[in-house]
Amino acid sequence: MSATTLPAAPPRGPSFAERATGFLRACFAGPVNSAITLACLGVLWLAVPPFWTWAVTNATLYGTAQDCRAAGGACWAFVREKFWFSIFGLYPFEERWRPATMIVILVAMVVLSTIRRFWGRWLLLGWAVAAPTMWILMQGGVFGLSFVQTRQWGGLTITGIIAVYGLALGYPLAILLALGRRSELTLVRWFCTAIIECVRGVPLISLLFMAAIMLPLFMPQGVTIDRLARVLVAYTLFTAAYMAEVVRGGLQAMPRGQYEAADAIGLSYWKKMRLVILPQALTITIPAQVNTFIGLFKDTTLVVVIGVFDFFTTLRAALGDPNWLGFPTEAYLFAAGVYFLLCFAMSRYSMSLERSLKPGGR
Amino acid sequence: MSSTTSVAMPPTRGLIPLPGGFTRRGLLIQLGLLVAVIGLGWWFWSNAQANMAARGLQFGYGFLDRSAGIPIGESIIDYTPADTYRRALTVGLLNTLRVAIVGIALCTVLGILLGLARLSSNPLLRSLVGGYIEVIRNTPLVLQLVFWHAVMLQLPSVRQALNPLPGVFLSQRGMKIPALSADASLYLFLAAMAAGAVGWWLLLRRERARQVATGQRRPTVLPGLAMLFGFPALGMLAGFVPTVDWPELAGFNFEGGLTLSPEFFALLVGLVVYTSAFIAEIVRSGIQSVHKGQWEAAHALGLPGGKIMRLVILPQALRVIIPPLTSQYLNLTKNSSLAVVIGYPDLVSVANTSINQTGQAIEVISIFMAVYLLISLVTSALMNWYNARVALLKER
Repeated sequence: MSATTLPAAPPRGPSFAERATGFLRACFAGPVNSAITLACLGVLWLAVPPFWTWAVTNATLYGTAQDCRAAGGACWAFVREKFWFSIFGLYPFEERWRPATMIVILVAMVVLSTIRRFWGRWLLLGWAVAAPTMWILMQGGVFGLSFVQTRQWGGLTITGIIAVYGLALGYPLAILLALGRRSELTLVRWFCTAIIECVRGVPLISLLFMAAIMLPLFMPQGVTIDRLARVLVAYTLFTAAYMAEVVRGGLQAMPRGQYEAADAIGLSYWKKMRLVILPQALTITIPAQVNTFIGLFKDTTLVVVIGVFDFFTTLRAALGDPNWLGFPTEAYLFAAGVYFLLCFAMSRYSMSLERSLKPGGR
Repeated sequence: MSSTTSVAMPPTRGLIPLPGGFTRRGLLIQLGLLVAVIGLGWWFWSNAQANMAARGLQFGYGFLDRSAGIPIGESIIDYTPADTYRRALTVGLLNTLRVAIVGIALCTVLGILLGLARLSSNPLLRSLVGGYIEVIRNTPLVLQLVFWHAVMLQLPSVRQALNPLPGVFLSQRGMKIPALSADASLYLFLAAMAAGAVGWWLLLRRERARQVATGQRRPTVLPGLAMLFGFPALGMLAGFVPTVDWPELAGFNFEGGLTLSPEFFALLVGLVVYTSAFIAEIVRSGIQSVHKGQWEAAHALGLPGGKIMRLVILPQALRVIIPPLTSQYLNLTKNSSLAVVIGYPDLVSVANTSINQTGQAIEVISIFMAVYLLISLVTSALMNWYNARVALLKER
């Protein structure tokens, strides 16, 4: 291909028609490729038209369960009916403005955090203010807000809470664990390594069980810990252990000269880390951190095992509505679509960051 | 960190290298940590004992020998609800290992195929597989497992079971496949096959030595395959034919054959589909990490496509592939604990029931955490050993 390109070629890319012919030519280059193309088209032919008929042609967008059954296609009316329930769960109906405001704050903070121009002290401060604000908004009991128990929280709200608070609490812990694992102090190193390896070596489910069942046992008699708080403890520990390994990768990738230079100008250990090493190590691992976070975000669905109603579990609970029996496929597709959009957006963001953070790519 | 180490005169190295942190500040920090850990541990322990005493429980593993009374739907070993907790947990562990081992084998094959399809010169195949991988990777596993379980439950009833291959039946009750009866002929068959494999390996060694000595290369694949299948065939000609137990529809259920329950099948399919999408990306990036010059050099030597892959590209790509592949295997094993969501009796599921029945939470949780840690350590030790071998090839 490069052999046919002249150096004086115009700088514009190939037009749409050129790309389309290139695509087709590649699809039918030689008998093997043609056979593969035909096989792919066959699979598409078997899969797409029936799905289209079900999901679009025969689908019901407005109406009742009876209308859906009569039409025979997908029952999107069910998803419409349960949409707000899947976001707020069993949160008191007249107080739904509170989780709604919380989600708006959350989305605004996340969007701000994705813009590199805003990275810095003010953003951290913003999170430090936003995180307790969101919790107070949800729980109430002060400023004239009525008290809402965490067991009434549910839906996408709680998925967001677990993921964001898990990250916010786990991230500082992750940095400490990563530093500890590379510490010169033998006991500190052993301790941090043991924690990281033990948490990473067992399934998240077992940590959740441990937090749900064992944590209350470890507390003095009479002390009860909120169930959501127990989930957060397990999830924070999990986040910290996985993030610590990513951060450690960044610490190891720093050239020795950076450490030696910081030593040479007489910085103390903490100053060396805070001013020289960590800013660089954290920045180069941001794409890996985002990827790890995608995995952690998907893992929020695991809280189902100890009876916390996250987005997916709330939708599954909605399936039990006697007026709307028999539409699990629609619910699962909707849930899959939401998770996919969020995760896919994050992974694309991570890829774009990777390009812009490359040395020389700035 | 010892900031007091003088630069002008490096400390002389003693005969016994002491661990770092032997400054006064370092020792103080470590002592503080030790005291904190022990203190916290003691506090937890005394609280736990008080709490357990309040519930009329006592710490100890004695309950393992009590009768469990847990009904478990599927088991490799004999099990009845009258058996002990020890046996019930063993059944759970074996179920975990069964789904993990089969899953690892299948997801490796599927993952490699998908990864190669991602690198196909056919753009339609490439983009279709790419889209598939993105969808699978970006949706939660729990959701996929529940989906596959729902699919299994929507299969036709036993009487109208799907019959995609002779002897294979798919119905609401799961999958039925032909089984081999464990008798003398089967063991002889397997022994003959093992002998064929050893023969192949010996042949490979001899031919490699011959190639080093003379530069000539003789075909090894055909004679190897002939040994692998020829030896068992000879045994069968001699009359030692393993008996195949075909499933047959009798009344309202199947008789004979091997049953894979809907839960096992859904869990296996879910784990394999999910993990293979990750493995596909690992394989793709591993192969792409090999420098273009390597392909060109191999072409210039006149090697055919298959040999380029096998002799030049793969040995280098494996170095990149093995470490992340290991963590995917571990992920699959750990993710198999999600079985509890769809009701497959794996270790965590049985353990959870045991906790509910006995209240011995600390003991049961300590058992299954130890088991998972052990599995993780053994798997990574095996893969590290293999990785060291592959990495050695690079150094030569």
